[in-house]
Amino acid sequence: MFTAKNKWKSPSYWFYYSYVILIVLFTAGPLLITFILAFNNNEAASFPWQGFTLDWFYSKTPDRMGLFNDPRMISALGVSIKVAVAVTILSILLGVNNAFLFVREKFIGKEFFYMLMLGPLVVPGVVLGTSILSFTHAIANSLDMTFGSGAGTFFRPGFWLVVLGQVSFVATTTTLVITARLRKFDQSLEEAAMDLGSSRAQAILSITLRFLMPAIIGAAIVAFLFSFENFNTTYFLSGTADSTTIPIILYSRLRFGLSPEINAVSVVLMISTGILGLLSTFFQKGDDLSA
Amino acid sequence: MFAKIKKNKGLWLVLTPHLLWIGLLFVLPHIKLFWLSFVDKRSGALTLANYAKFFQSELYRHVFVHTALFAILVTLITLAISFPTAFIVTKVLGKKMKAVVLLAIVLPYWISELIQVFAWMVLLRETGVISYMLQALGITSHNIEFLYKDATIVVGLVYTSILFMIIPIINSLDSLDDSLIEASYDLGGDFWSTMREIIIPHAAPGIVVGSVMVFMLNLGNYVTVTLLGGKNSLWFTENIYNQFIVRFNQNQGAAFGVILLTFSVLLVWVVLKVTGQDMTEAM
Repeated sequence: MFTAKNKWKSPSYWFYYSYVILIVLFTAGPLLITFILAFNNNEAASFPWQGFTLDWFYSKTPDRMGLFNDPRMISALGVSIKVAVAVTILSILLGVNNAFLFVREKFIGKEFFYMLMLGPLVVPGVVLGTSILSFTHAIANSLDMTFGSGAGTFFRPGFWLVVLGQVSFVATTTTLVITARLRKFDQSLEEAAMDLGSSRAQAILSITLRFLMPAIIGAAIVAFLFSFENFNTTYFLSGTADSTTIPIILYSRLRFGLSPEINAVSVVLMISTGILGLLSTFFQKGDDLSA
Repeated sequence: MFAKIKKNKGLWLVLTPHLLWIGLLFVLPHIKLFWLSFVDKRSGALTLANYAKFFQSELYRHVFVHTALFAILVTLITLAISFPTAFIVTKVLGKKMKAVVLLAIVLPYWISELIQVFAWMVLLRETGVISYMLQALGITSHNIEFLYKDATIVVGLVYTSILFMIIPIINSLDSLDDSLIEASYDLGGDFWSTMREIIIPHAAPGIVVGSVMVFMLNLGNYVTVTLLGGKNSLWFTENIYNQFIVRFNQNQGAAFGVILLTFSVLLVWVVLKVTGQDMTEAM
């Protein structure tokens, strides 16, 4: 395939390679420098290199706050993980449900509902966030009016509102991934299991869901990452510390100046999201092979 | 017709969660937003004043046009950079190199946009890495501030959107058989005519989907523009945030939101009509 005979490839091979190297430098370079500076013994989060240090991770002195000794950063990390787990579980349940709806069921307006389901991915995050905020604000107010103040707390900005706001668009992604996999499933396998005496629920649990597993795991990782890094929608729906996620706290810090502690946060996020990202491509590959 | 549906219990079992999700978290909130935009903040009466404010204010109009033009500019630059990349990755590189390069391009995008922007701030601010390197090389003798400029916003937005352009184009180029390119050369075509007659037409769905996605992402961007552009960013989303969060004026903010949404949906619709592409097919 890749011989000198291929005229469109050979003459400018060096040009192609240097172009790709430039692109990779552009996409990975800035993050690489951020990574290196997390270990530089220099308050300025910049060069020159002044020696290796782990202060930005572990230091306890007030002028050098290490990430792991910064209670607000650690709390935000915990909140982000909690939110992401809740969003992932809800979005996967909805995704499986929607996949069965769009692949197995016939109903009036199916095409319309499928288009509508893509909506949350298309609408800008700002508009999605503000619309959910104004809707839940109205619900909370009328609950307070009817049942006394405090009745509408669930619908006020806070942990659960952040979760619901993120589910609004993350569930679209999980639906797309799981629907694509379910379309490839041969339904006669399920019927065979039922012929052999299992109930429909048993057949779905032991055969269909097992077939869907790679897509479900892949979609779960993507859902977790989408939730973990969301800012636009979350910004409107988060309230006190129990719903201050990592992106929210990073945004407020970045507006007041840079500190190498944020480089340290970047390192932790790069490593953890990198591993998750690799895992998700692995599961998606598995999907292609077995299909 | 309804009697037929009622018989099917299974349908209701899966339709109900779907309707709850899309209804409560998408349709009703948007109806509420639309409704609020036509209501006066003080009296609660129906009004067009929230929209009138936009069309009468030169500042708001200017910010809106600025945002739209820059979103289009960034989309075109991203396309110009991404198309050659996608072409090289799918048609030039060997299988192993393809996987390595793809990974190097994709992995940075799993990380939060905040971290991506932070990385550029580390490079571009007055005491940043690029300023330091220019001084170390003796090109300049003082710190240079690269942040808070239009060009900085463009670089940042191109950076955060490049992947969303490359992947759809790769997907459409993957299905182009190499033998078609060979055939074009055998029939006397050169690089540019093959590009024009064979490769670009085949990549068209990917180009359109990528451009639409990148345009929408940029139009709705907030983090990159406010952090890299500071007070000079003049991005329309900032007005929406300010009305909701700073001024507590939901109605004005809702009108701005509806204007942004209407414009982006209209523009995307026109692009899809003009290019004859179907978004759902290409996705």
